[in-house]
Amino acid sequence: MSAIVQAFLQAAVRTATPLALAALGETVVERSGLINIGLEGIILVGAFGALAGASVGGVTLGYLTAITGGAALGLIVGWFTIARRRDQIITGTAVNLLALGVTGALYRGLYGTTGAALLIPTTPPLPVWALARIPIVGAALFDQPGVTYALYLLAPCVWWWLYRTQSGLALRAVGERREAVLVAGISPDAVRWKALLFGSALGGASGATLVLAQAGTFVEGMSAGRGFIAIAIVVLGRWHPIGAVMAALFFGAVSALQFALQAAGLALPYQLFLMMPYVVTLIALARVGRKSAAPAGLGEP
Amino acid sequence: MADDAPLPEPRRAAVAADAVWSFAIATILVFGLLTGVIAIGGHPIGPALSALWNGSFGSAYALTSATLVRTTPLLLTGLAVALAFRAGVWNIGAEGQLLVGATAAAAVGLSAGAAIGAWALVVALAAGAAAGALWAGIAAWLRQRFGVLEVISTIMLNFIAAYLVGYLVRGPLQEPSRIYPQTSALTAAARMPRVFAASRLHWGLLLALAAAPLLWWILRQTAVGFRIRAAGANPDAAHVAGTIDVTTVRRRAFLASGALAGLAGAIELTGVTFALYENLSPGYGFTAIAVALLARLHPLLVVLTALLFGGLESGALAMQRDAGIPAVTVFIVEGGLILLALAGNAGGTRGSGGWLQRRADDGHSGR
Repeated sequence: MSAIVQAFLQAAVRTATPLALAALGETVVERSGLINIGLEGIILVGAFGALAGASVGGVTLGYLTAITGGAALGLIVGWFTIARRRDQIITGTAVNLLALGVTGALYRGLYGTTGAALLIPTTPPLPVWALARIPIVGAALFDQPGVTYALYLLAPCVWWWLYRTQSGLALRAVGERREAVLVAGISPDAVRWKALLFGSALGGASGATLVLAQAGTFVEGMSAGRGFIAIAIVVLGRWHPIGAVMAALFFGAVSALQFALQAAGLALPYQLFLMMPYVVTLIALARVGRKSAAPAGLGEP
Repeated sequence: MADDAPLPEPRRAAVAADAVWSFAIATILVFGLLTGVIAIGGHPIGPALSALWNGSFGSAYALTSATLVRTTPLLLTGLAVALAFRAGVWNIGAEGQLLVGATAAAAVGLSAGAAIGAWALVVALAAGAAAGALWAGIAAWLRQRFGVLEVISTIMLNFIAAYLVGYLVRGPLQEPSRIYPQTSALTAAARMPRVFAASRLHWGLLLALAAAPLLWWILRQTAVGFRIRAAGANPDAAHVAGTIDVTTVRRRAFLASGALAGLAGAIELTGVTFALYENLSPGYGFTAIAVALLARLHPLLVVLTALLFGGLESGALAMQRDAGIPAVTVFIVEGGLILLALAGNAGGTRGSGGWLQRRADDGHSGR
């Protein structure tokens, strides 16, 4: 029984990691008043960037190209939504289509349609020696790829940034009311740019995690809705960095239930398992609903 | 917005000319972008474009059996998106609504096909529209009752619909031999008649073509349409004016939008596939967003943009087959077009596509 629980928890953290990275970035972006629907495309570009980078220069280059690719797509989003004040949802929708087309065409152009011969270096789990032996939760938390540990460090850092620094205060102020920071001599657009590039870079890293720490290869459209789920997770986490990580873990746990229930011998059709995280997210969103603390200026061009 | 209020005649002519002009520019941009993408990919342009043409508008067969067949669902889902966006409802869920529409049409068409004979088709279409409205209704209810943003909920519902189809075609609705993950094929009575014997074109296209002017007329000439446009253009003013219940108007527009998308699914099922299976839709409901945006949410222009994208997607498949160019290239063109439309629309002046500038109202803040 404890083996099942352990496998379940490990799968939960594994599923949660890329979602938490993306949601952490999107939390920062949304706190500045932008809603980046293009996150889905950014994750996809990150995944492809990771493949391209890692096949040339190993895992490190893979992460670097993923982060750069994500940020580059973030530049496009920002040019439309910040510099030109265009509608954020339409911009995001277009960017997602663009990313799907560009990664698909490049993938087929560079690697052919089969992709079977693709062998790229990946990041295996790194057990943190003593901690990984803690019963039940040890392996789930401390026998994971390095990127998961990076997440453990990053989440409190983002919290510190948002709630304990001047620049974080400015960012949250911009999200509530854009003009509020003008008095302090801060450009609201500059603040939004910073937030968007940070969020896009994390989105790219999230895509890299899918390729380098999980699948070990790239599949067309492999982001598979994770960007949208991350946006939902931001709401579930009530626009708080630690909340986002917790909500991602919750989503990861619901997704991992299928492994646990299958291992426990429950024979539900597997499409119903795949459906469950989305249903649970909707229910959770309804429960957070009106009580939630959305930035007042969210979505305003 | 192109038709906010009754305009003086010269002004109306100018608006119409502007709309046609923008469509012409869009068409040129499509081909410019496409040529660029093909060239960057290192493919020879001549054979690619000739494959594109031959596969879309180049022959009577390609036109009627490929392009117009694809235009039908794009037109209906494009109208669905246009209607929702006009009302200020961010319905990104046309794909899911289409899928449940097809599912309902299959379930009803298969079970009732033998019993009610000639009425089976009508009942299947009605079931599809009702299912689409119901699916949209979940998102509308979540928005109204719990403040869940429809941008997020409709996307979640797309995934749920796709997995639901996957489950049904392997479970309760699977064909009797239980080998293939699909339903049985509809009987002849429940199928949409063909327009010509030698082509795949079915009467669904005519239904879709009739829906466009109908929606235009409703939006343009009726009190209901006025309320929808008011709710979308300026919800605060509409609310303060006191005569328009923005919430109710939006809910109804959301349901109608879902019904249109569900009808698209039912027509696809009864006219093209005859059986329900996964991947029945190659993303019609997503392309619909590009179709509607490029038409500036104008129902009559949606006819043209749906035809453009129907041809483009049919041609893209031919390009992949004959010239080795990935069909996903179309997404680059679609995304690029939306961005170009966004970028080019600088001033947000009335009558020149000001909708792109429209504030997203309270749609994102959950208030």
